[in-house]
Amino acid sequence: MKKLLLGDEAIALGAINAGLSGVYAYPGTPSTEITEYIQNNPLAKERGVHSRWCTNEKTAMEAALGMSYAGKRALVCMKHVGMNVCADAFVNSAITGVKGGLIVLAADDPSMHSSQNEQDSRFYAKFALVPCLEPSNQQEAYDMMAYGFDLSEKLGEPIVLRVVTRLAHSRAAVEVTEPMAEKSLFPATDQWVLLPGIARKKYVKLLEKQEAMKQASAASPYNCAFRFTRKGNSPATGILACGIAYNYVREALAGDANLVKISQYPLPEEKIKALAANCDELLVIEDGQPVVEELVKGLLGAGYPVKGRLTGDLPRTGELTPDCVAKALGKETGAVFAPAKNMAARPPQLCQGCGHRDVYAALNQVLADYPDHRVFGDIGCYTLGALPPFQSLSSCVDMGASITMAKGAADAGLFPAVAIIGDSTFTHSGMTGLLDAVNDKANITVIISDNLTTGMTGGQDSAGTNKYEAICLGLGVEPEHVRVVVPLPKNMPEITRVIKEEIEYKGVSVIIPRRECIQTFARHARAKKQ
Amino acid sequence: MKKDIILCGVGGQGILSIATIIGEAATKAGLYLKQAEVHGMSQRGGDVQSNLRLSTEPIWSDLIAEAGADLIISMEPMEAMRYLAYLSKDGKIVTSSKPFVNIPNYPDEAALQQELDTLPSVKLDIDTVAKDCGNPRGANMVLLGMAAPYIGILSVENLREAIATVFARKGEQIVEANLKAFDAGIQASNP
Repeated sequence: MKKLLLGDEAIALGAINAGLSGVYAYPGTPSTEITEYIQNNPLAKERGVHSRWCTNEKTAMEAALGMSYAGKRALVCMKHVGMNVCADAFVNSAITGVKGGLIVLAADDPSMHSSQNEQDSRFYAKFALVPCLEPSNQQEAYDMMAYGFDLSEKLGEPIVLRVVTRLAHSRAAVEVTEPMAEKSLFPATDQWVLLPGIARKKYVKLLEKQEAMKQASAASPYNCAFRFTRKGNSPATGILACGIAYNYVREALAGDANLVKISQYPLPEEKIKALAANCDELLVIEDGQPVVEELVKGLLGAGYPVKGRLTGDLPRTGELTPDCVAKALGKETGAVFAPAKNMAARPPQLCQGCGHRDVYAALNQVLADYPDHRVFGDIGCYTLGALPPFQSLSSCVDMGASITMAKGAADAGLFPAVAIIGDSTFTHSGMTGLLDAVNDKANITVIISDNLTTGMTGGQDSAGTNKYEAICLGLGVEPEHVRVVVPLPKNMPEITRVIKEEIEYKGVSVIIPRRECIQTFARHARAKKQ
Repeated sequence: MKKDIILCGVGGQGILSIATIIGEAATKAGLYLKQAEVHGMSQRGGDVQSNLRLSTEPIWSDLIAEAGADLIISMEPMEAMRYLAYLSKDGKIVTSSKPFVNIPNYPDEAALQQELDTLPSVKLDIDTVAKDCGNPRGANMVLLGMAAPYIGILSVENLREAIATVFARKGEQIVEANLKAFDAGIQASNP
């Protein structure tokens, strides 16, 4: 049966039909729809497949590893920067090994459509010494779930499945297979205690598995070679096309190419060497960072010409496009129509009526009296407070950094140092930083702008809803300096008074402006009506 | 035969519903289809677009190349012109004529309309047409109706059926109202 599916949905359905027992994830564009699809899938509901959102990517990765330990198939999903958050657990899961199949899904975002960097998760797979799958289309994304779980169980290692925004968020028809049964409970019996003496032995075991991983790549149906021909005496360029780059190549060249498609790592070295031997140079086309380009240079030696993002044949930054790939392949491209004269950028903005707006309006009003102030921001809709009309923020770095950066700046003597963080981001990575601040009695004012949801990714449940005052008190913030306000224009006098009082307090204070996200509010109202 | 379409507008204007309907119609008609959309931050009142590719042959790229789009369908006149680089030599723009002004530096409206008129475009005040046929929230269906004769690879009847399927769970009244808006769009475009 064929179904029209987003790349993310193909991954989700592929996992369910491969006998998935649990998905563990924190929302993050472009990975969010995977978990949402599983949450709403009838078979997953009937089977009781775990799909509730996790507090962050580290708790997600660890829970998935636990499910794998118990013998069942588990999936962890995150956007690329989530790999940084779960890196400790992820890298060590390669040392412990796995029991039930474990797939770590990383959705990379080259061009930073909705991100802070364009890090390439294939580096993580190589770093942890585990295989990586990189589908080129929605069908492969679906098929690779069952394939990946099998490979994971065969090798006893986690598998990274790397997608990019353009696959995650693009729809196509997918041939869907019959669902398989879940694995039964069958816990691991080998030693997973990574004490140095045990970890050393396990690490050697992981290194010994590298040969099997290479063999799996060499035999993989997803790594294929095409048409090793040579036309006359003209110099032949061999093409290495990774993941969705393959589509752009096929779009530009109608079947006439010396080509190796790469969708499984470690690299299929023999295929690449055979291609190189048949050509005068190689062009590496990959979405993200020049991972393969560097590896292939090492594989073929200094004398063999390898072109790609590092040589400027493809742009060094940004996602691949059909245009830049066609150009690198020597095809004529370009626009017919000149750019419009009457044009302006239309950046995203906070919704009209959003509570974050009232928070920034109040904050700006109070801080006008403190010319040396700095506001440290965080990751969420409220990052848009950096743009006009508010322009309130001085920083936004990573999940939770608002509190700890404000603390560091306050340690240095900066006053007032204000942190603004959303409710979901606070429980993701802000709580531990708040404990540091309390223990140091840092002179900071923390605003937890609580809209009762994870807003930016589309309104998923927020892990700490109804618990924020208790969390802050439990971490040791003094009760008289945990203040709750309702961010509405009519409450402006009260909000500004509270902010001013807490800035003047020499110590840690937390202000919680609380009002539901207007998007989820409207959705809840509609659901009630129906 | 193929038809490459860029759907665009401002976040919240309902371009993804248009994409869903065309997608449903294409699937039913047995066409190959790829549809790339942007989720996340750009939905918040910013510019949004979706690349929709329909073909009788398999499709490789999820994205449309420059000068590759046969059709730009836009809920907003300035947004229609943002993607001019992608419009093919014989391509067509089908757009709402009514600016959505949520930025302080929106271009001069008269100059904008004039520039649009120099391009291969058809425009219509879809909000007014939608209101006139009693479905003020159906402006996107009016636009789809306007674009229908240019989509070509799908018949008007394919699209009507898809509207009925996609809105079926919202009840017969909603289906009828959307079909009415769609028909008003077809009549108004008059190619």
